[in-house]
Amino acid sequence: MSSSSARLDASAVRRRRVGRVVTYSFLIALAIVYIFPFVIAVITSFKTEPNATASPLGLVPHPVTTSAFHQLYVGQDFLLWVKNSLIVTLSVTFLRVFLDSLAGYALARLRFRGRGAAFATIVAVMAVPGVVLLIPKFLIIRQLGIYDTYYGMIIPLLVDAAGVFIMKNFFESIPVSVEESARIDGASLFRIYWSIVLPMARPALVTLFILSFQGSWNELAHFIISAQSTSLNTLTKGVAQLASGQLGSGNRYPLKLAASTLMTIPVAILFFIFQRRIMNASAGAVKE
Amino acid sequence: MATRVEAGRWWRWREPGIRGHQAAAGWLFIAPVIVILGVFLLVPIAMAAWVSFSDWNGNGSPLGANAHFVGLQNYRHLLTTPGLDQNNFGTSLRNNFYYVVLVVPVQTAVSLFLAVLVNRRVKFVGFFRTAFYFPSVTSSVAITVLFLFLFSPAGVINKLLSYFGATGPSWLYDPRGFFHVILGQFGVHESSSLANGFFLGVSYWDWLAGPSIAMCVFIIMAVFTTSGTFMLLFLAALQNIDESINEAAALDGASEWRKFRHVTVPMIRPMIFTVVTLGLIGTWQIFDQIYVGTKGSPSNTTLTPAFLSFNTSFNANNWGVGAALAFILFAIIVFFTVTTRLLTRNPDRVPRRRRFGPTQGLGNPDASRVASAGSGSTP
Repeated sequence: MSSSSARLDASAVRRRRVGRVVTYSFLIALAIVYIFPFVIAVITSFKTEPNATASPLGLVPHPVTTSAFHQLYVGQDFLLWVKNSLIVTLSVTFLRVFLDSLAGYALARLRFRGRGAAFATIVAVMAVPGVVLLIPKFLIIRQLGIYDTYYGMIIPLLVDAAGVFIMKNFFESIPVSVEESARIDGASLFRIYWSIVLPMARPALVTLFILSFQGSWNELAHFIISAQSTSLNTLTKGVAQLASGQLGSGNRYPLKLAASTLMTIPVAILFFIFQRRIMNASAGAVKE
Repeated sequence: MATRVEAGRWWRWREPGIRGHQAAAGWLFIAPVIVILGVFLLVPIAMAAWVSFSDWNGNGSPLGANAHFVGLQNYRHLLTTPGLDQNNFGTSLRNNFYYVVLVVPVQTAVSLFLAVLVNRRVKFVGFFRTAFYFPSVTSSVAITVLFLFLFSPAGVINKLLSYFGATGPSWLYDPRGFFHVILGQFGVHESSSLANGFFLGVSYWDWLAGPSIAMCVFIIMAVFTTSGTFMLLFLAALQNIDESINEAAALDGASEWRKFRHVTVPMIRPMIFTVVTLGLIGTWQIFDQIYVGTKGSPSNTTLTPAFLSFNTSFNANNWGVGAALAFILFAIIVFFTVTTRLLTRNPDRVPRRRRFGPTQGLGNPDASRVASAGSGSTP
């Protein structure tokens, strides 16, 4: 780039400087558009309801109050929703990472009859849109007698075809030599998988962990169709009911925004910790 | 495909020793995934297909005595029988159609624009990428709650508009079609010739309504939340472009816009098609936002097939019609996916004729074509 810019004349240099200003103006303006809604959400959750209604744009709550958060704790089952979300999300995430990597490893490395058919099935399943499956999933969950239980909420989410696909691709990208020497030493296949392959697969496992955590923490539709008791409400379901609540008791925006701010925190933390990996998954995989 | 190569070796699994072990272990390793996918995807799809041909009303098991085979009645009920259900179905198709037609091009353009911006050598590029991607990791519930607040009648957006002297609409409470509003500005109102013709229970005039003002909120929300994800896809594609091609174009004095139009866009064509396909699949499935936000109101103008299918089954207990609706939606999504695939299957075919001598020997035909086109057309 430098060798070519040296040859550019003065007008081109000026044009570049103008281009730079334009680029930064766009970036800053857009960043404000993308960030401002979240900032105003956090601010509003510290407002009183009359204050939030009268001056929705006010950047300083007047007065500052934590009553919305207190209300969530006292007036709503917020802690129960958190507990349920944690139970479901953690079960789904750990089991999904384990099962998907197991299957991905088998499909990438082991030679067995029917492997092609199994893989084709998984790819075909990946193509079925999730929303179309709401009624089918409800039917089977009820038929199996696990409706309105943690099992019904967790088990159908345990595997996702995309995760198997990611793991298979990853295992195909790493050299087979280490496993082969272990195999010659007589280690069992599961041992090889558990103590040699999995540690090598850490980058892909982390990626899958993030995707699974984010996916099941943010899941709504499946919990709507797999359970009805309020005692099984997850954060998404609870806050969704809060959002469509009766208008008679005011708009309750501070309360709703406090709830949605709190439910965003775990995913946001995960996002900021693994930001580099999320932003540049392929480069991250090579680095480690 | 790799699996084809293996197919020739199927006999190996019978060999004793390591191969035999592998066969057993292989099946053991994939068994949980296959069983869960089978039980919670394949079997239920078959069950739902049966329900869509039955009169099951939600009592007992759909496989028991409460369900009777009714043939195509549920499908006919939606597609050819005039009535409330058909009207709802037609309305939901219209709403979702305008949603798709607006969201897909806009989110593709916006995400490509963001990707081009954050692909430049600028300071704090990490911060900007993070800012644009962040809405994508949050849940649909939290984002919808946020947008209900932003777009409330006396909310943030209308407050901002008032600073510019504009009076915002009541957004999520406004059922007026966007095109109708514009036509109304020119004095065009419902004409009898269009009001008397019907398709799927919806008059031609109403088909032309465009997205309602309420639906526009969901359209903006979709662009806001998905552009970050697609930005990352475009960014990956942009970073794969050989820098020397851009430099060659710059040396030839090509302007930024020309470089973008004649170098960048042709080179990331496959990714553009991927993003459009993913966009089409995603936008036809909008459910969460409607469930949390409006439940189809006002005047059914945010009703979508996915939400209607859910509502018809779970609330109206009309399971046969609800299941039939789900399968029609499935068919729509398959249709659009396959059509995009067919339209974009061989993007190299037309330009092949335009290619000429010296560039043909190069490894990447696309790159060489672009390079020659870029330099050949500069004045």
